[in-house]
Amino acid sequence: MFPTPLAKTSRTWQISYQVLLPFALIVWLLPLIAVANFSIKPEADFVNGNYWGLPSSFEAFSNYGKVFFESNMPRYLINSLFITIPTVIGAVALSCMAGFALGVYKFKSNLPIFFIFIAGNFVPFQILMVPVRDLTVSMNLYDTKTGLVLFHIAFQTGFCTLFMRNFIRALPFPLIEAARVEGISEWRIFLFVVLPLMKPALAALAVLIFTFIWNDYFWAVVLTQGPDAQPVTAGITEFNSQFRAAYHLMSAGSIVAALPPVVMFFLMQKHFIAGLTLGAVK
Amino acid sequence: MSVSPAVPSTRANQPQRGWYKRNEIAITPWLFLLPAMIFFAVYVIMPIGQSFWISFHEWDGLGEKTWVGTAHYERLLGWGDANIDRKFETSFWNNLRWLVLYLLAIPAGLFIALFLNQTVTGIRFYKSMFFFPFVISQVVVGLVFSWFYLPREGLLNAVLGIFGAGPVNILGDPSLATYGIIAAGLWPQTAYCMILYLTGLNAVDPEQVEAARLDGAKGHKMLWYVILPQLKPATFIAFVVTIIGALRSFDLISVMTNGGPFGSTRVLSFYMFEESLSEFGFRMGFGAAIAVVLFFIMLGFIAYFLYSMYRDEKAAQ
Repeated sequence: MFPTPLAKTSRTWQISYQVLLPFALIVWLLPLIAVANFSIKPEADFVNGNYWGLPSSFEAFSNYGKVFFESNMPRYLINSLFITIPTVIGAVALSCMAGFALGVYKFKSNLPIFFIFIAGNFVPFQILMVPVRDLTVSMNLYDTKTGLVLFHIAFQTGFCTLFMRNFIRALPFPLIEAARVEGISEWRIFLFVVLPLMKPALAALAVLIFTFIWNDYFWAVVLTQGPDAQPVTAGITEFNSQFRAAYHLMSAGSIVAALPPVVMFFLMQKHFIAGLTLGAVK
Repeated sequence: MSVSPAVPSTRANQPQRGWYKRNEIAITPWLFLLPAMIFFAVYVIMPIGQSFWISFHEWDGLGEKTWVGTAHYERLLGWGDANIDRKFETSFWNNLRWLVLYLLAIPAGLFIALFLNQTVTGIRFYKSMFFFPFVISQVVVGLVFSWFYLPREGLLNAVLGIFGAGPVNILGDPSLATYGIIAAGLWPQTAYCMILYLTGLNAVDPEQVEAARLDGAKGHKMLWYVILPQLKPATFIAFVVTIIGALRSFDLISVMTNGGPFGSTRVLSFYMFEESLSEFGFRMGFGAAIAVVLFFIMLGFIAYFLYSMYRDEKAAQ
């Protein structure tokens, strides 16, 4: 193990490490702690110049209540859900199939197709922007959740296919051969042999894509406008102009907007990290 | 595209089977690939070509396109008698700043990973709290940091005040604003690199470390000659995601400064958006030309990434 395990180091370093750890964490999360502190303060604190001290009274309920009952925030949150969840299902479904095809079968154009999927991942969004917006407008899907979902599914399929294909490659191939010898048709092999083994990959991809799509901002501003279809990342700007300079409300709003992926991460941490660090170990 | 059955049809001696059954292994992969390929072609591959085409036109996004040849590129790069586009120049240099400074996330992530790679009680909690900024959307990170930087209300100036340093208005100062935004971007990016290295450190061969220790290696020598070579896959991924992240920077700029003050924080991706979709008008052709330039900058990196992955793929076969 590197660095030297703490148990084998000097007593002084052991103690200083235990002190350093929480201190480093507080410094690391300082900007976030400040915002969390803002969000439970009463408005009076900002008028009196008590910006970074403790709140003079605990106003979390009234601040967060305003976010939920006196703004468009709930609508934006629901839009985000209706954009994120169909995208997760669509991208995972498409990439399961594509990953199966690229991971199990040998054919000439296998590797070139795989690399097109990888390459598409790295492309700057801006080179897609004008044509994708034009396409969405011409399909009458501008400013709809569907328009956003369709694009997200297509773009995420690149990363998901890379992920799925590599995962399927690592599965024991004799299993598939044995099924073939039994005379099981190929699509049944996919459904009943491979798919059940892919559960960890499915979970990892689902949480990752959920986070990516929930946090998307660029495509939300390019393909939607207004509270009918915009997700919360774009809606937060409108929210902030409604409560201009009311820092206690703006910070409460931001925390609400950021929360769902955070909850997702803490619930499914193992899968999330497994997905994110795919390929970091050979 | 040609379909070549890799597995010779062993069922050829069963003529009663249908055409599909006989060619099942050759056809199935294409059926499975088809939906993903159609989506990807329509939304990702074709638009790249279309952007090239649009960049040679004057277009407001609605009416007819007018062919202008390379006029947009001449204006951007200042070919011929024109001077280089000022906004383009600023954006380009800012992109370079992003690229270089963003790479700091890799050593910073490694440093934190080394710090946290211990087994003490509660270390799992610390690891996930350190990783936590990566999960937050860039929009919120941008807001959080712009409040952190506020000249009067922000915590940064309060902390600086303790050390006697004067108040700074980071996002209001054209010479500092870009660095302020990059620092905000480094926060989640460092967290990402940290988690990559933590996973990598987990897989470091303990026998090699012990052997090196017996040979008297320790400290930075051990890190450089024994540990880092084993972390190479993690470093490669950290490099890929950091470069791509640096060139994709848009959300933070849009939220924190909206390109200002005086356009000093523009990068190519933001400039492109501004030209083609904002209150300044819908100059899609000119915007597409900026996107093409950005694409070519990225293409160098993409080619290198793909080449490395291709080499590994060939070695694995």
